Amino acid sequence: MSGIFTKSMARNIFYGGTVFFFLLFLALTFDTERELPSRDNSHNITPEVAAGKHIWETRNCIGCHSLLGEGAYFAPELGNVYVRRGPEFIKAWMQSMPTMAPGRRQMPNFNLTDEELDELVAFLKYTSEINTANWPPNIEG
Amino acid sequence: MQYKSQAVAMPYFIAAIGLFVGQIIFGLIMGMQYVVGDFLFPEIPFNVARMVHTNLLIVWLLFGFMGAAYYMIPEEAETELYSPKLALAMFWIFLVAGAATILGYLLVPYATLAEMTGNDILATMGREFLEQPLITKIGIVIVALAFLFNITMTTLKGRKTAISMVLLLGLWGLAIFFLFSFYNPVNLVRDKFYWWWVVHLWVEGVWELILGALLAFVLIKVTGVDREVIEKWLYVIITLALVTGIIGTGHHYYWIGAPEYWQWWGSIFSALEPLPFFAMTVFAFNMVNRRRREHPNRAAVLWALGTGVMAFLGAGVWGFLHTLAPVNYYTHGSQITAAHGHMAFYGAYVMVVLTIISYAMPILRGRAANSNKSQVLEMWAFWLMTIAMVFITLFLTAAGILQVWLQRVSDSPMSFMAAQDQVTLFYWMREWAGVMFFVGLVVYVISFFVKGETQPAKA
Repeated sequence: MSGIFTKSMARNIFYGGTVFFFLLFLALTFDTERELPSRDNSHNITPEVAAGKHIWETRNCIGCHSLLGEGAYFAPELGNVYVRRGPEFIKAWMQSMPTMAPGRRQMPNFNLTDEELDELVAFLKYTSEINTANWPPNIEG
Repeated sequence: MQYKSQAVAMPYFIAAIGLFVGQIIFGLIMGMQYVVGDFLFPEIPFNVARMVHTNLLIVWLLFGFMGAAYYMIPEEAETELYSPKLALAMFWIFLVAGAATILGYLLVPYATLAEMTGNDILATMGREFLEQPLITKIGIVIVALAFLFNITMTTLKGRKTAISMVLLLGLWGLAIFFLFSFYNPVNLVRDKFYWWWVVHLWVEGVWELILGALLAFVLIKVTGVDREVIEKWLYVIITLALVTGIIGTGHHYYWIGAPEYWQWWGSIFSALEPLPFFAMTVFAFNMVNRRRREHPNRAAVLWALGTGVMAFLGAGVWGFLHTLAPVNYYTHGSQITAAHGHMAFYGAYVMVVLTIISYAMPILRGRAANSNKSQVLEMWAFWLMTIAMVFITLFLTAAGILQVWLQRVSDSPMSFMAAQDQVTLFYWMREWAGVMFFVGLVVYVISFFVKGETQPAKA
């Protein structure tokens, strides 16, 4: 960099550029908030779904699974598990954990009540109906 | 060292290294669970090991950043730290809170931990990387504010350099964006959207300012190149970082229910995110080539150069690999993501913290640089850990490509677990590379205890 380009010019470009792009980011965020209701399935959020999300969080499901592709990659994607497996399978699966099959990955049993299982399934159903731009590519997640 | 109060950096650095060792041990446990699924089950389920692994990483990097700031700010401001006592008190609070949190993860079922710590008052737990109990999160905010108060007051009463301004800006940004971790709406899309305001705007935003400031500081010290030149570079690098990185957040918004225009914004801007890292590499090599002195601490120079290269590879190249929306459609949430995450965190943040530790620790211990024997060992550690991380990344990338092919691209897609079984070989190789990393880390720790002839530090 030659002598014409000084440190104070670099500093001004930094502050100007940062402010500009942060404001642009805020504008896009504002527009996103406006558009979300048409995509985020929020009209289907019931107290049951909210309770299900709370169970999802307090059992740290994200520590092994991904949800809409985010989380850990140790166990299957669950954003579309409601579509892939259906409610009864999910509940039966959770109740039969851990398999204790030697050498296989193990999922703890969280000892959820029937009501809690229903809430969790309600949350997964709500999640599966979010408009994710057609992700994942297929049902396997 | 030039100012007595810089000494408070030492406990921060020691804690950072200690927690780093813990992080890698849990990494090895997880790597093992990838191939021997029931390893340590039910004592340490995978999710617990992962929380410990990622949270330890975050906490020790924060220790490293804070130690770095306590070391750098007095020297930059040319005055003693505003309150060394406050810095030391915060150290113990942070260490005890961090240790208690980790023990909580390991000893108490997560749901019980949540109940015990007020998660029913304000639910913030159970989201990736933000698993900390509410009281820990509040503790982090208090420690961060006390820390920021301390270094800001120090800067205000002394010389204000570009490096200290950029460092302060980065650290204030870190604290401010962490506040979004308290926002957890039931609406999953909105939850995820603002979750990234912590995670992305940290690691692809304000942390890059911290990274740049640390690197610039060490480069001034070890090369003797004119401050004006180095600080000009610093501004250019962080301009590139934020101009690309802020809108680059969009690359996380493709598939979580946000509007689809993010596929354009995210792809275009995040495709440019390698630029600041490329500039950083050119910067580091350029400054070292134009050096006006031969600093006796060659290990620190090596870490500084390594940071540039590995950050560019891990964050830049491996990030670009899967950042374009049409590619990400297939790779999102696969082992490709894990590969990128590992090398980016190591190359950018682990290495820059080890750079400043490598530079500052000998001075804190009263010598300009460690003995030759100790430095040789440290450089062995550098190569062992760095090459191991390259292998970890390559093996995870191979696993990821195979996984994506079998599970997502193929005409008859396999289930997740069936695909996982097919890539076991790569997980074994990753685990062995992890063992190599651990050996490097052990060598690194040993290097601190190797004596030999040294020169006393100036001033």
